[in-house]
Amino acid sequence: MFKRWLRNTTVATMVAIAPVGTMSAIAQGAPQQGGDIVVTYKDDITTLDPAIGYDWVNWSMIKSLYSRLMDYEPGTPNPVPSLAESFEVAPDGLTYTFKLRKGVKFSNGREVVASDVKYSIERAVDPKTQGPGAGFFGAINGFEDLTGGKSTTLSGIETPDAGTVVFKLSRPDATFLHVLAINFASVVPKEAIEAASGDFGKSPVGSGTFTLKEWTIGQRLVFEKNPAYYVKNVPHIDKFTVEVGQEPLVALLRLQKGEVDIAGDGIPPAKFLEIKNSPDGAQIIVDGAQLHTGYITLNTKMKPFDNVKVRQALNMAVNKDRVARILNGRATPANQPLPPLMPGYDKSFTGYAYDVAKAKALLAEAGFADGFETVLYSTNTDPQPRIAQAIQQDLAAIGVKAEIRALAQANVIAAGGTEGEAPMIWSGGMAWIADFPDASNFYGPILGCAGAVQGGWNWSWYCNKDLDARAVAADSMSDPAKAAERTAAWGKVFTDIMADAPWVPVINERRVVAKSLRMGGADNIYIDPTRVINYDAIFVKQ
Amino acid sequence: MAILFIRRLVQMALILLGVAAITFVLLYALPADPARMIAGRSATAQTVANIRRELGLDQSLPVQFWSYLSNLLQGNLGRSYAQKTEVATLIMARLPATLTLMFSGIVVEVVLGLTLGTIAAVRRGGFVDRLVMMASFVGVSAPQFVVALLLLYVFAATLGWFPMSGYGTFSHVVLPAATLGVLGAGWYARMVRSAMIDVLNQDYVRTARAKGLSSRRITFRHALPNAVLPVIAMIGIDIGQFMGGVVVVEAVYGWPGIGQLAWQAIQQVDIPIIMGVTLTSALAIILGNLVADLIAPVIDPRIRTR
Repeated sequence: MFKRWLRNTTVATMVAIAPVGTMSAIAQGAPQQGGDIVVTYKDDITTLDPAIGYDWVNWSMIKSLYSRLMDYEPGTPNPVPSLAESFEVAPDGLTYTFKLRKGVKFSNGREVVASDVKYSIERAVDPKTQGPGAGFFGAINGFEDLTGGKSTTLSGIETPDAGTVVFKLSRPDATFLHVLAINFASVVPKEAIEAASGDFGKSPVGSGTFTLKEWTIGQRLVFEKNPAYYVKNVPHIDKFTVEVGQEPLVALLRLQKGEVDIAGDGIPPAKFLEIKNSPDGAQIIVDGAQLHTGYITLNTKMKPFDNVKVRQALNMAVNKDRVARILNGRATPANQPLPPLMPGYDKSFTGYAYDVAKAKALLAEAGFADGFETVLYSTNTDPQPRIAQAIQQDLAAIGVKAEIRALAQANVIAAGGTEGEAPMIWSGGMAWIADFPDASNFYGPILGCAGAVQGGWNWSWYCNKDLDARAVAADSMSDPAKAAERTAAWGKVFTDIMADAPWVPVINERRVVAKSLRMGGADNIYIDPTRVINYDAIFVKQ
Repeated sequence: MAILFIRRLVQMALILLGVAAITFVLLYALPADPARMIAGRSATAQTVANIRRELGLDQSLPVQFWSYLSNLLQGNLGRSYAQKTEVATLIMARLPATLTLMFSGIVVEVVLGLTLGTIAAVRRGGFVDRLVMMASFVGVSAPQFVVALLLLYVFAATLGWFPMSGYGTFSHVVLPAATLGVLGAGWYARMVRSAMIDVLNQDYVRTARAKGLSSRRITFRHALPNAVLPVIAMIGIDIGQFMGGVVVVEAVYGWPGIGQLAWQAIQQVDIPIIMGVTLTSALAIILGNLVADLIAPVIDPRIRTR
């Protein structure tokens, strides 16, 4: 579940915060060129079509196969030109003009031109593509006509010449540069899509750092370096092979024997401490923060969670440290919806402290001195049911009897999106992980009124018109000069929302992958908030 | 014979239709929406609605089933929701691996089961018998993943005799086949043993012994063919079971079989793949039983005359 960020809004602009710490690979000495590595995953790769791929396994591969107008300055949340050489934003924030780099070629040999950019984004939006990312481009003129079937193109994308793309927006969108950096905005050649007759995802053609050389279904994918990539000395490795269907435990054994370089699914809980305490543990374990918050939704449309005091009481009742311990310490307690890595996160905010006595008192004040009975939904894969049990025990301590309903992910998602169905949901396994580092992405679908609809993802069914208006205002601040002001405005939305307590923010989980001893580079290029594994930056130590 | 064969074919078609109908109804009764699984959460309601329409999920159940059936009759299993690839392509890509594992697993379990079961029956009550029965008890009860991980740890990770995972050469198939074989052999050994003991107690065996035939000839020529019938029926069942995918064994050894495909499809509510795998495995069970029915008369003349 990587990606799930927001669509709408705002020019993004260099959110110059970058709390992303110690990230540069350069700090560890210059990366060496060359090498051939093996990466494993349990699940098969579903697709490498950038208009369709939307999970945390294919996300990083799609990133490397294609290029986009914008990318991120390595290790930061700052969008910078990539396939574009330069860009200009009109003062009203409604027109974006991009100049393309000259001489960039697709892996089929043809040069990338402006009409490819237009075609690619129209394809991502076109309902026929069945892509999940259409909504990201909602600010472009003509969006409704294309999604509504009235047009087959986007009138808001113009190509005055082969080297220029102009976007005309229907409203200012402060996240627009981020939108042009996400995978759905990858540039693809029309002729290759047509040649693939409906299955471009298995025979991808792009202009990124790597090309796909081989795909044996159910077994392996082989990616080779694109020697003509437009940034010098990128990527560093010559080749990587992705072996799929690999059980994490076996992948780890193979990694210790030197057969595998990156075990993409991380370290199974049963092996974690053993590896951690082994002599090579520190070098094998890559433990990185991601843009993730795990939370419990409290359905504000169901009794007794329609009472704000009940919701606040529950916020004080959950022992978040214990949840972090269940995850082998790979998480830190959370007190607000935004994760610490996200620009706008408020370090000084303390939220609701864990206090059973106070929670009980508040519950009594709300008229539930004897507690009540309710239902807590959770997904059914380890460790989520164990976490749900811990929460169940915490609630029992204040007299709330929660029955746990552990179901397959798809069923929990369906229950959450059905009005009056799920009083509480533990989000583990489905939690929000941002697609791009902008706070707006944590609002609309999961906390805003727009998401509180049948089939939506706002499982608290929380709708605060006032906060919605502030969100729209913040996302209209597309002037880069106002970036800091905008970030602060967003941060305030998320701390203010906690007064209404539609969620119990529980933890911010870190991702773990395992890498072999010969792999070089800082941890954050193996767990990059915007790319997952950054295949362009990793290298083999000689 | 020809009439019997035609009757079986009609039966097969009806069973497949029944399996398709039941699976289809169950999948659509699930409180999970494939369109939403594809769309992810940043999708707007309109995007989800568009995806649902493109997939034909907004049609009524009978209409959807009818269009699935008419495609099926033209040999079209549809496209995967998540991968957009033809389901037939995905299944065909994994079929060789599944068939390889199935045949090698069956060979190991039958050879091992027959041998041990026969020895146990002949040495009934003795030390060897008790040893075999104990081992088969363990084999029948041990969870697949424990045996699979144990074999993997000892023979691949520690001793390094076999590769730890993958597919393609003979040495890759040894451990997965051994896992399936060791577990399955337990059933076969017990079955063969009790069938053999039955047969060995019958009058004609006593007669043969009285005639002075060697005990080897009695065992292999007179007793075993009669005891082996249930084994053949069981192979028919095993074929079906292995074709449906041996998810655990495939997962541990990174074996690119149908089971892994099915497992992932279930997680993603990828209905065309689930349907395709279910039908493939139903077809395999039917064919396996058909083969077993055809072989039985060759071994047992009594069935032939009936």
